[in-house]
Parts: sequence; C-alpha cells; structure tokens
Amino acid sequence: MLESRRFVIIGFFALVGIIYLLRLFYLQVLDESYSIESSSNSIKRVTEIPFRGQIYDRYGKLIVYNTPVYDLLVTPSKVRMDDTLRFCQVVGIQRRDFDSLMNAASTYSRMKPSLFLRQLSKEDFASIQDIMVDYSGFEFAKSSLRTYTAPTLANTLGYVSEITKGQLEKQEEPYYRQGDYIGQSGVERIYENELRGKRGTKFVMQNVAGVYKGPWKNGELDTMAVAGENLYTGLDLEVQQYADSLMLNKVGSVVAIEPKTGQIISMVSAPTYDPNILASRYFSKNFAALVRNPYKPLFNRPVMASYRPGSTFKLIQALIGLQEGVITPGSGFTHANCPVGCHNHPATSTVALGVTHSCNPYFYNVFRRLIYKNNIQNTFKASAVGLDAWHDNIAKFGIGQRLGIDLPSEYKGNLPNKKYYDRFYGEYRWKFSNIYSLSIGEGELLITPLKMANVAAIIANRGYYYTPHVIHGIGDKKSVKPEFLERHETGVDAHNFEPVIEGMIGAVEAGTARRSRVEGISIAGKTGTSQNKRGDDHSIFIAFAPVEDPKIAIAVFVENAGAGGQAAAPIANLIIEKYLSRKVTNKALEERMMKLDLMSKVVLPTTKKPGETETKKAEETKKTEPVKKPTGDPNDPANRLPGAPHPANPAAMRGPVTLPKQKAL
Amino acid sequence: MPESKPITKNVDWMVVLIYIACLTIGWLNIYAAVYNPEAHTSMFDLSNNAGKQLMWIGTAALLIICILVIDYKFYETFSFVIYAVVIFLLVVVLFAGSNINGSRSWIKLGGFSLQPAEFSKLAVSLAISKYLSDPAISLNRKLKDYYPIMGIIALPAFLILLSNETGSMLVFASFAIVLYREGMPGFIPAIGMIGAALLIITLLFVKWYIAGAIIVIAGLVIWLMPVMTRRRGGLWATIIVAFAMIGIVFGVDFFMNNVLQKHQRGRIMVLLDPDSDPRGIGWNVIQSKIAIGSGGITGKGFLQGTQTKFDFVPEQSTDFIFCTVGEEHGFLGTAVVVFLFVTLISRLVVLAERQRSRFARVYGYCVAGIIFFHFLVNVGMTIGLMPVIGIPLPFFSYGGSSLWSFSVLLFIFLKIDAQRPFTLSRG
Repeated sequence: MLESRRFVIIGFFALVGIIYLLRLFYLQVLDESYSIESSSNSIKRVTEIPFRGQIYDRYGKLIVYNTPVYDLLVTPSKVRMDDTLRFCQVVGIQRRDFDSLMNAASTYSRMKPSLFLRQLSKEDFASIQDIMVDYSGFEFAKSSLRTYTAPTLANTLGYVSEITKGQLEKQEEPYYRQGDYIGQSGVERIYENELRGKRGTKFVMQNVAGVYKGPWKNGELDTMAVAGENLYTGLDLEVQQYADSLMLNKVGSVVAIEPKTGQIISMVSAPTYDPNILASRYFSKNFAALVRNPYKPLFNRPVMASYRPGSTFKLIQALIGLQEGVITPGSGFTHANCPVGCHNHPATSTVALGVTHSCNPYFYNVFRRLIYKNNIQNTFKASAVGLDAWHDNIAKFGIGQRLGIDLPSEYKGNLPNKKYYDRFYGEYRWKFSNIYSLSIGEGELLITPLKMANVAAIIANRGYYYTPHVIHGIGDKKSVKPEFLERHETGVDAHNFEPVIEGMIGAVEAGTARRSRVEGISIAGKTGTSQNKRGDDHSIFIAFAPVEDPKIAIAVFVENAGAGGQAAAPIANLIIEKYLSRKVTNKALEERMMKLDLMSKVVLPTTKKPGETETKKAEETKKTEPVKKPTGDPNDPANRLPGAPHPANPAAMRGPVTLPKQKAL
Repeated sequence: MPESKPITKNVDWMVVLIYIACLTIGWLNIYAAVYNPEAHTSMFDLSNNAGKQLMWIGTAALLIICILVIDYKFYETFSFVIYAVVIFLLVVVLFAGSNINGSRSWIKLGGFSLQPAEFSKLAVSLAISKYLSDPAISLNRKLKDYYPIMGIIALPAFLILLSNETGSMLVFASFAIVLYREGMPGFIPAIGMIGAALLIITLLFVKWYIAGAIIVIAGLVIWLMPVMTRRRGGLWATIIVAFAMIGIVFGVDFFMNNVLQKHQRGRIMVLLDPDSDPRGIGWNVIQSKIAIGSGGITGKGFLQGTQTKFDFVPEQSTDFIFCTVGEEHGFLGTAVVVFLFVTLISRLVVLAERQRSRFARVYGYCVAGIIFFHFLVNVGMTIGLMPVIGIPLPFFSYGGSSLWSFSVLLFIFLKIDAQRPFTLSRG
C-alpha cells in the first residue's frame, strides 16, 4: 500500500545521487576540457626568456653580450592620465604615436597588459621611472638586448630581431611565438638553436582581475630558463678592428684564416655598420636605412660577393699542372704564339718565375697542356674530356662549390665544366680556344673572397684544408662541430707546392707585390687583378705567413682599386704583420692605406636602365630575407651584386635557358 | 519513569554522525574558500566566514541541546503557534527588513542578521504534519482536504515571493514528496515530471516540431492501444492528453517569452547552453564547472584550490561551496558528499517509516524532502544540471540562518524519533 511508496521515494533519491555521481565523474575524470592545463584561468603560464649566449673572440675577449632593457607595458583599463602631453615628452613619443599605441593596446585587451614601448635603455628607464608614479596603468618588464663591445663584425655576427610573420608560419616545431626574437643573419642565425637557450615556464596564480597571486604549488611544476650557450670564435678582435680601419672608405672584403685549423681570424665586409644600431629600439628605422644604402652594407661580401679570381687563380693552375705532370718545376714558356697579352718582365724559365711575374702566356700554356693531356685526336672531344678532368681537380680546392662555412647564404661561385659550355655552344661545338681565358682566372670563373682565402690556406698547408669556420667552440665544453675537424685533401702532393710557394715569395720580395713587403716576416703572396666591365679593375691579393710555419692565410679584395699590388697587397701585409707581431712598422704605408678613399671610384649598379628596377628589387628582397638561398646561377641578378663583375662575355654568359624566359616576363 | 532514559541511548547516531561529518567538511571547505595564502587566514578568526561559521556551529549545538531537552510533545502541540510566529516574522521583514543583495528578507539583530524565510520551512513542515496527523484526512479521496495544505504553503510562499527570495520559495515544492507518501495519487507527480520534461524540450526545440511529435505519438497510442489491451476507451483520453501536452508546449513558450523576466529566462537558458552567454549569466555556471572539473580524481589538495580562491567562482563559501569540495578534493571528495547526502535522506525516510504517529512520520518526510531538494538544486546548479537558484547546501554552506534552521529541523525529528518507543500509535 502507501508504505511501499517509501521505496519509490528512496529509489528516486538514489537515482538523483547516481545521476550526480555520473555527472561529476564525467566533469572531473573524463572531460579533459576542464583540466588545469586547458581551461584553468586562475593559473597562468608565464614564459621566461633566457639570456642569449655570449660570443667571445679567440683570446676570450667578449664580442657580444646582453644588456638588460625595459619594456613599458600598459593596461588600458587602469590608465589614469591628467597630462598626456607631458607623458609623451618624457617618454619621447608624439601625441599621434601615443594614441595609436593606446588604441592597439585597448584592442588587444583592456584588462591585460600589452606592450607599449620596447627596449628602453637603463638611462631612459631611470628618467622615466620617476615620473611614472604620476601615471597609473603602466609597468615595466625586463628584457634584454644584444650589445657589441666593438662596432665591428656586423655581417659576420648577424643581427637579432622580432620573428617575422613568414618565419612564424614556416617553423617546423611550434617553438616561437609572436614577438619572440630570433637570429636573422650571420652567426646569430646559424647558431640560433645553441644561442637561444631554453625557455622557462612558470605557473603563477592570478585572481579574476589578473592580479598576480604567487606561484602555483610553490613552483613545483616550474622549469627554470636556461641561458643560451656561449660561442667561442677564432676571431681576433684587435686585428679585426685594424682590418676595418684599413678597409674604411673602400668596398671589398678581408678574410683571414688560421690554416692549421680553418678558424676565421678576421672577416671584413666593407662598407660595414655598427651592429649596435640594429640592437636598439630604433631597429626598423636603422634597418630601413641600411637597406636603402646604395653600397649595401647588409650584403656580407666575403661569402656572398662574386668576383673573378684573376691572376690568383694561376696558383691553382700551376699546382694542378705539376701534379698532373704536364709541367715540371723547371718548365719554361715564352710569350710566343699566345693570344693572351702580357706585360714586360724577365724570362719565366721556371714555375716559380711564372708565378712571381704572373706571366699570362705561361699559364695559357699550362692550361692548354692540361686540357689536351689526353690522347684524343678530335680537339673538340679532347677539350671536353680535358675540361672535365681539370674541373674535378680544381673543385678539390673548394672552387665552384660551397665550402660549408657557418654563415648563411654562402655563394657557391662558378667553375665551368663540359656541361656548362655545352649549354651555350652545343656538345662538341667548343674547344680550348673558346675557353682559354680560364687559364688566367678570367672568363666564366666566379669565386668569393672566402674561397681565395681558403686557397691561400691550402697552399700554406701544402695540400689540405679545414672548412673555414667562425665558431670554434660551443658551450662550456667548447665543442667543435665535427665537420670542422674533418681534413679535406686536394690531391696535390706536398712537394709540388714548393715551386709555387717559391714563386709567391718572389712575388712579395721582388714581383708584383714588392712594394708592400714586411721587414722580418716571410710572406708568400700572389696578386690578382679582376677585370670587370663596370669600372676599374678589382685589386686582389692572397697570401700566407710565415712561410715556414704558416699562422695566417689571407685574401683581400678591394673593388675598383686597380691592380692587386696597389691596394689589396699592402692591406693584406699590414694585417699579417699586425696579427703576427701585434704592431706595424711601416707607418707610412698604413696611413696611406687608411686614408685611401675609393668610394668615388666604386661603380654602383645603374638603376635607370629599363628592366633594371626589377633587378634592384630582387637584390633588396634577397638581402632583407636572407632565408632565400642563392641559386648559384651567375645570371641570377641576386648573385651579381655590387662590385661583382659582369661576366666577361655577356653573350656567352647569357644562358639560353634562363634569359629568354626573363625577357618574356 | 521510562521516559527518563537518557536521550543519548535512543537518538539515531547514524544521522548525528552524518550531521557532524557534514558540518566538519563544510566548515573546512568554507575555510579553504576564504583562505588567503598571503594573509594566512586563521580558521578561528571571527572576521572571516570560517571563524563565523564555527561560532554558528557552536550556537547550533546549544540549540540542539535545547531541542533535545524540551519535551517532544511541545513541537506537535505548538506547531501552529510556531507557524504563526514565522508568518509574523515574514510580514515584519517585509516592512522592517534590511535589503541585502536585492532581497528584503533579513532581520538585523545587533551584529547578526537572521533570515525568517529559512525558518519558514520548519514552520510549514510542522504545520503540515500537524494537519495531516488528523486520521480523518485522506489525500487520495477528498480534494477538499488539500485546501488547508495549499493554504499552509501558499501563505509563507507568497510572503517570501514579496521579499524577492524566489529560491527559498521553490523549496516548498519539496512537500510534493511527503504528500505523495501520504496518499496523493501517483499521476500528479507524474504529470509534474512530464511537465518539467516538456518544459526543457520546449526550450531546446522548435515548438511546432514538438507538437508534431506529440500528435504522432498520440496516433500510435490510439492505433496500438486496442491491439495491446483490447480496450477502446482510451481514445478520447489520449486525444485530450495530447492536446493538453501541446497546450503546455505553447504555454511554456508564451510563458518564457512574455511572462518571465529577462534574467529569469536567462538563468533557464543558461542551464541548457551555458556558452550562450559566457561573460554574463553563463559565467557562474562555466566557472563553477571549471573549478569542479579542474579537481580531477583526487583534487588539488586542501587550501590548494585556485579557481575558487581567486574570485572566479562567485559565492564560494555560500551557494557555491560545492565547487571548493570539487576543486580541492576531486571526484573522491564530491562522491563522499553525494554519498553522505543520499545516505542521510534515505536514513531519514527509514526513520520516518518506523514512526508510530502520523505526525512524526509526515514530519520526517518533510525533513528528508527539504534536505533532498536543497541538495538536488544546489549541487545540480554547480555541475550545470540545474538553473542557478540561490539556495544553500545544507550543513555545508556558510550562513547562520540556514545552519540553524536545518539543525533545528533535523534535531526536532531526531528528538521525536528518540521518543518513539514510548509513543502510542495514533494513526
């Protein structure tokens, strides 16, 4: 009867209990959307940005470090401002900027702090901090800026800036977030992963108004930020700055390598800029100015600019000739029956004398013998086979390929082979007489200053090289990347180097570079004069010293400075002396070189020609987005940058594959 | 005298223990809700809710002693007097009450406030029990016997409504349970349930679809009924029921859109879809669910709650105290609380059934029903199964009036129950 209704009632109670238990089980155990990580708004994840690694020179001198700076944050809902104009004055912004910054902040969130001004220096911070008491709603957050101990090495070190939208989207692992800083060029870009360190995460509690309420769980789940790893370079800061001063008011490059290790001692890209200007709150303004600068200071010439090697290439010709047995140290050649001209000099009866006097016909003959070394009767076929054999030998010196330096955008250069000429002339439609300008480093050859410095290092080492590199130690253990410890052989026997080195000594003592010899240091060197259609020749010099126990190998390129002995050789020898004896004796030469101003002689790419505007645009895109890899095609306008010569034979260089297409555009 | 047997021997210790457990857990959670890690809030500081609650618990203990000492016949004898006093207080509060949170329902006595509405449950329970203790009253035969009950409930309900305490008024719905037990025909609560179901369906779906579905179901019933039961009489009844249901659907729709105020409509809509207004009315529900959900299985630990502490969940120590349990003690904690409540009310039903007097039994059911209704609505609201109605969780929520009224309600029944062996059956 009615008593039995108690079961209905108790059953109803139990049913509600069970429904509630199931619902709670769902909410608390099954449904992840309510877990701490995903939806908790009382616990905020705060990211701590670690300090970037510092960079040192070869003697442990600091080159790059971090300075604490202050970001000014604003929480729009809390702003109380009576005197906006005074605030703008103190902070140093226009009223217009103030309004737009406030608008942007309000659009993001009225309750949460957002960035108002970036990177105020300690001095700015000190002056603003006092007055900030009068204005509520603003707070400071500490961050850091790259700082450079000396105004040098801008392109080698590279710069750090806020990650771009494109980079943000392209990253493989979602590591970076909007507003993060990332190495954009140079060492900063290549060693980004080592330098950036490990971000820390803190879980902090906040109340409903977003006010900090202390660490969550006493920081049990927090991870500490780990500072980035320090980098140790082989750079000599003192020599670097000395080289900078010598390259003042010139366009060109200096690359100095320690031959025994491949460490870069100095790397000048002239003209350059003070790297500190890109590590300030005026980044965008300064960066835009650098991009607009017609001399392209952002273009890292030592690894990106292409030149023809000129006479310096004769060294490799001689070495290959000796190794292949087409000449002996005692071989001599005269100027007779030779299509290449020469200057007046003593007879070249040995390899050494050929090098010393840089005799064009001598190396014309060496090259001719190399090309026709095979027994094929047909000169077309013989040339084809001979060129490929020659190509493979030259390639071992790092010509025509990337050396693999730890800097971005290294230009591959150009070392023509059979296929290359076949593209222009057709198979077996060309022979030695079409390509003989290669013999003296002209024609279709393209190299970079870095490659020629490496050639000097190979000769210094008598036959091998280590990949040139800037960073010779990562982190506390100073570990070296394994690829930089790998010895590359050129296949030329050590004894074959001696006659060539003898000739190089002669060049410095009595030959083309005699005017810049250094008392007390035995230098072996070779001048080069790189022809170009756009102005005076480029002055080139490569050398190493001391001859007996080489400690430095160097390549100097000075654009539009004339012959190799005129600017490049003196500069190189001054740097060598500075590096080896830490002082310079020939003060008159030093002064002359420092005062030498070639900027007026430098021929900039003309922009008025129709069609050239596009080229210029392409150049600029390339520089602002160093991500883009050079194509290595000499017809690519991006690779034919200021100072780089136009190909000697424009008709030949105009690749039938690429250019008509470009015209069609 | 046999009556002088110590009360401690006869009182139902199971209920007492659950009561003590609830008070303890509740008090600890109130402390957790007001705990400020920076200020190292003291549990015993009278300036915060935890300290005050401890004081309320102490005074409640005194009240309980009084109740246990007073003769059990007092409550039955004076039930209408108590009812009259509470009605008087409800009238007084309308004119002299202090306005707190939009409700004119508090009487200030010195430093403390009392809420007569809280005690109306006790008064109505006693009055209904007294009325039904007359064996001549039958709920399943005479409709006129319902009128006094309606009156007993309607008078305070009306007064409470006037003072804007809708939540407290809704608690009177819990008397449906006792009326059902005492003989109210089963179809009345069934209609109530169907009505509630229709209400929710109406809010979720387009009314014309529902009407269509009802007609289809009615058609099926008319078609199948003769086949199944070999009876034809249900034809008109079915048609009438179907039309009644369609009427309800349209009525609800009209009611929702034209009668209810905006915030009341919002509270019901949010129940169905909290995300429809995440910053406004949905805020409480979403934050409450996040707090409970973030507790996981074992919770964040005592005093480690963050959602409940930093003002994300409103009314943490009063109406939303269950969130603190959920966040800090996880599913294990909430399951214990649900288990305690279901055990308590089931035990009360068992105790009520063993009473020899009808007064005692009805009163027991009233107590069980009221506690159940509070549990149903309060916990249901924090987990998003009930609309946000501001009524406390018995023995858990902070608040003197509610603690006192629930304690008095419960212990009067325990006192009567303790005297059970010595009362003569009258009904």
